[in-house]
Amino acid sequence: MKTIYFDNNATTKVADEVFEEIKPYFCELYGNPSSMHTFGGQVGIKIREAREKAAALLGCDPAEIIFTGCGTESDNAAINGVLAAVPNKRKIITSRVEHPAVLSTCRELGNHGYTVVELGVDKQGRLDWGELEKQIDDDTALVTVMYANNETGVVFPVEQIAELVKSKGSVFHTDAVQVVGKIPLNLSKSNIDLLSLSGHKLHAPKGVGVLYVRKGTRLAPFMLGGHQEAGKRAGTENAPGIVGLGVACELAAKNITEENEKVKFLRDKLENAILEECPDSMLNGDKENRLPNTSNISFEFIEGEAILLMLDKFGICASSGSACTSGSLEPSHVLRAMGVPFTAAHGSIRFSLSRYNTEQEVDYTIEKMPEIVNRLRELSPFVAK
Amino acid sequence: MWEYTDKVKDHFFNPHNVGEIEEPDGVGEVGSLACGDALKLTFKLDKNGKIKDAKFKTFGCASAIATSSVLTEMIKGLTLDEAAKITNRDIADYLGGLPEQKMHCSVMGREALEAAIENYRTGGKKKHELEGNVVCTCFGVTDKEIERVIRDNDLTTVEQVTNYCKAGGGCGGCQGQIEKIIEKIQGDKAGQLTETPPRWAGRLTNIQKIQLIQQTINEQIRPALRAHGGDIELIDVEGDKVIVAFRGMCAQCRLTEFTMKEVVEAKLREFVSKDLFVEEDKESAKEPHNHRG
Repeated sequence: MKTIYFDNNATTKVADEVFEEIKPYFCELYGNPSSMHTFGGQVGIKIREAREKAAALLGCDPAEIIFTGCGTESDNAAINGVLAAVPNKRKIITSRVEHPAVLSTCRELGNHGYTVVELGVDKQGRLDWGELEKQIDDDTALVTVMYANNETGVVFPVEQIAELVKSKGSVFHTDAVQVVGKIPLNLSKSNIDLLSLSGHKLHAPKGVGVLYVRKGTRLAPFMLGGHQEAGKRAGTENAPGIVGLGVACELAAKNITEENEKVKFLRDKLENAILEECPDSMLNGDKENRLPNTSNISFEFIEGEAILLMLDKFGICASSGSACTSGSLEPSHVLRAMGVPFTAAHGSIRFSLSRYNTEQEVDYTIEKMPEIVNRLRELSPFVAK
Repeated sequence: MWEYTDKVKDHFFNPHNVGEIEEPDGVGEVGSLACGDALKLTFKLDKNGKIKDAKFKTFGCASAIATSSVLTEMIKGLTLDEAAKITNRDIADYLGGLPEQKMHCSVMGREALEAAIENYRTGGKKKHELEGNVVCTCFGVTDKEIERVIRDNDLTTVEQVTNYCKAGGGCGGCQGQIEKIIEKIQGDKAGQLTETPPRWAGRLTNIQKIQLIQQTINEQIRPALRAHGGDIELIDVEGDKVIVAFRGMCAQCRLTEFTMKEVVEAKLREFVSKDLFVEEDKESAKEPHNHRG
């Protein structure tokens, strides 16, 4: 059975071009990039080139790129590193719909004396701007708001937030893990101070991420024990991962517009057909301000895990905000923050596409989805015959 | 991904006895849309008082559907007395086991069966009612139900109770009460949780004691309250009296005095000193609620 992969917000396929490029870094080009000999030094040169490629995609200076181990590390390092560098300020502002990499980190700081403000969102998942303006003050060390939500794809007005934060003399970090490669960025023209990205969300391997740190932003080192990454993040570099991320960034920069048009076309086709063919289904999140690849749909009266397993039987991979898939007893914190009724949150499915998806895959899923929904509704006590 | 047995998968993909029996002898309905799973069981008896036919309708995950399906299979041909003896463990065993966190699905099956039998025995008039006192307000679980799952499955920890009947899995405010129920039923077996002496053995100075209380509130108590939009603040410590204020959702909860105080007290006694007792600061409780942030 062929796998139809619609779970690209979870992780993505490593691009063939990326894989080809990183192969030699295991058994042949295994030298330490910091070594004095040419054998290691040549790897150092490749890492420099990868840094330049990542900087080109982000529109920043290569010196503003810190390679990390993953998006979560970038988020943790940004938040903790800013607070450590500004010890006299005690307030953090974030949103209720952040990825746990940000939310848990902030809440943990809340346990250690920081005041943590979690901004709410409206029914479309849009940020409460008024609350942000009200809350940001002289004591605010950091504002951290995601660029786009991983579950709904809703994009936040981070450039405006960054401007506001700057005018108030605070620091702004954004988790852009779902955005890099999907929305063109130019950080040299932006007021964003720190930005996190993750390699495996844009067709690079797992185990590599980036923390962008604007020049002049005070950030405490987060890994000690070496000179790597300007002493901020010590440790021998993950050379294959970093080289791979460089290639992935290059590919993304080259194809971003064309790809997004294709992906958006497929996503819209899938979404419109499902909403039309499946009664009592609804879209979660602001339809206008959304990533081109993400669609989050709730199916009333049925449960997400059951839908996923049915899809899985047809080789279709998606994800759900239902309680049962998380192992916790409550559905997605993002959908709950948006005020999506529990009944709909339990039956939510996220489809997230990539450039590797085809129209045939979309058509096949459109064909199967109503069948699955009807089948489960036949079992449901909440659907009258 | 959950590791389901082949039998679970089989009953999920090809469920048996889906539907509702017309003019049934017994109907059992448990769960709700909000809770994430719900089951409606109907059965019909033959002239010898044995279950002739049983059907189900279920809203829920794969294990909820599979559980319902096997339940209808298991009870066919049984008298009601025989059927009433089926435990959730029997249902789970029949499926070749369920993941621990999915055991509540088997409990839901047993509850629906009980409700249906009760419905028949009361002449079809009585709908299922909760027996006992509600302990977990988030999921509406009573002390009787908690006692039942502890006995049927030989449970010894709060986490297990949550896996089996959801109690304690929401705001966590009832976890202290669940511990007490476990202790009552399991006696020494449940000792690990409540009878451990404070982890701090030496004599504490006042400063150390206050720091340790604050640390315990931060690490052991607050996260559970936060999960449901509540919060707690340490106001003062006078000798062994710890004065706290509840914020957000916790402050609005009618059960504050009974449950929250007990949970906080139990945690502080476990981690700081056996002599501590907790009082709620009435002044600050009257103030406008300080929601998160």
